[in-house]
Amino acid sequence: MTEPNIRILLAKLGLDGHDRGLKVVARLLRDAGMEVIYLGLRQTAESIVAAAEQEDADAIGLSMHNAGHLTLAPRMVAALAVAELEIPVIVGGIVPDEDVAALRDAGVAAVLGPGAPAEEVVDVVRRAVDQRRSTG
Amino acid sequence: MNTESSRSPVDEVFGRAAAGERRAVGRLLSIVEAGGPQADEVTELTHGRTGTAHIVGITGAPGAGKSTLTGQLVAHIVACGGRPAVLAVDPSSPLTGGAILGDRIRMDDLAGGDVFIRSMATRGHSGGLALAVPAALRVLAAAGYDPVIVETVGVGQVEVDVAGTADTTVVVVTPGTGDAVQANKAGLLEVADVFVVNKADRPGASDTRRDLELMLDLSHLSGLDAAAGRRPPIVMSDALQGAGATEVWAEVVAHRAWLVANDRLEGRRASRSRHEVRVRVEQLLEADVDALLAAPSGQQLLDSVAAGELSPAAAAHTLRSDLLAAD
Repeated sequence: MTEPNIRILLAKLGLDGHDRGLKVVARLLRDAGMEVIYLGLRQTAESIVAAAEQEDADAIGLSMHNAGHLTLAPRMVAALAVAELEIPVIVGGIVPDEDVAALRDAGVAAVLGPGAPAEEVVDVVRRAVDQRRSTG
Repeated sequence: MNTESSRSPVDEVFGRAAAGERRAVGRLLSIVEAGGPQADEVTELTHGRTGTAHIVGITGAPGAGKSTLTGQLVAHIVACGGRPAVLAVDPSSPLTGGAILGDRIRMDDLAGGDVFIRSMATRGHSGGLALAVPAALRVLAAAGYDPVIVETVGVGQVEVDVAGTADTTVVVVTPGTGDAVQANKAGLLEVADVFVVNKADRPGASDTRRDLELMLDLSHLSGLDAAAGRRPPIVMSDALQGAGATEVWAEVVAHRAWLVANDRLEGRRASRSRHEVRVRVEQLLEADVDALLAAPSGQQLLDSVAAGELSPAAAAHTLRSDLLAAD
């Protein structure tokens, strides 16, 4: 049997309305053969946890463009931990280099900055999911 | 992954799902989607435990407003004290196998509450979809969700079949796209138990309604109306504004009551089972046929066909004889 399809949730947390990047990433991942469950704007950590359970998601991608990443991304990771869901969280968008370490320390699996090439985006998701599947 | 008892992993997940654990339901759905022996095991477990859940199909052209309407229906059902589940089926890319499943964004306000929404990609296997959908609907019903709504794009026979074998099928059309004729063309007319003219605020909505009425008036010519026993009602809605969902749901419930009162529910379910068993047999046979063709004798037959010594029809008959003899 081949590897099961990768199912990834893509969402914007909170009031950040810049969703063009997320749509581009959705298309990229789709064209890489993944099933993208697009949640879009104005999600909360709780709504994403609920969707992740129902969709049996392999990964969660968050897009952040309003400097809320240091608050919101750790909140997402914490909500997953409370729900006892081991699903990698990948953050993309406008994240200053000096914040990457803090996000990784908070449990974010990977950070994709502006200009990350398509191959890198796909690769990062694949690796995060592979790691989860091999340990899960 | 260690279980104390001798229960299989699938059985253990099923136990948690039946007790209402959402992530266990999510897992079971992934198993039936993947197919194979574990999916069959889920089918063994869920079959006969689906209770009386009302299976509702919603179909129509892309962009007709199916997801938005479904979202409104679900909100209404929850307000009435129901515990609905939605299976939203969207196409996979035939080139990459990937899919963007965006139906949840139309059902935005429901993330909380006891609503279960699952997005399913068609994964390019029409046969697989024809098996995965009924199996997934059983999982949701066995987990205590009622009604269970399946939403599919009304293009392609399998998608129409999937929605069309529900207890109640809702066909959504919109004004301004020649949809009454399109619905006729796509075979949607035959499967509709309830018609919804969505985006009824748009110009041409009453024309669309009139066209549909005309189509239904003509159903007696072919005897379609006698077979159906009931003329499908037409409901106008503006799902984006939340208008019409209550009326649509009232018609869905009325249809179910009619099925029960006229002893037709069991018949629907029997034809659904028949359809599913048939698809399953086809899939089993397909594997056998592939094996036969891959065997040396099969290869020899194929070579004869390629060399012009044997017709494809004669080769097929020989293969079928071999297939029947193999058992």
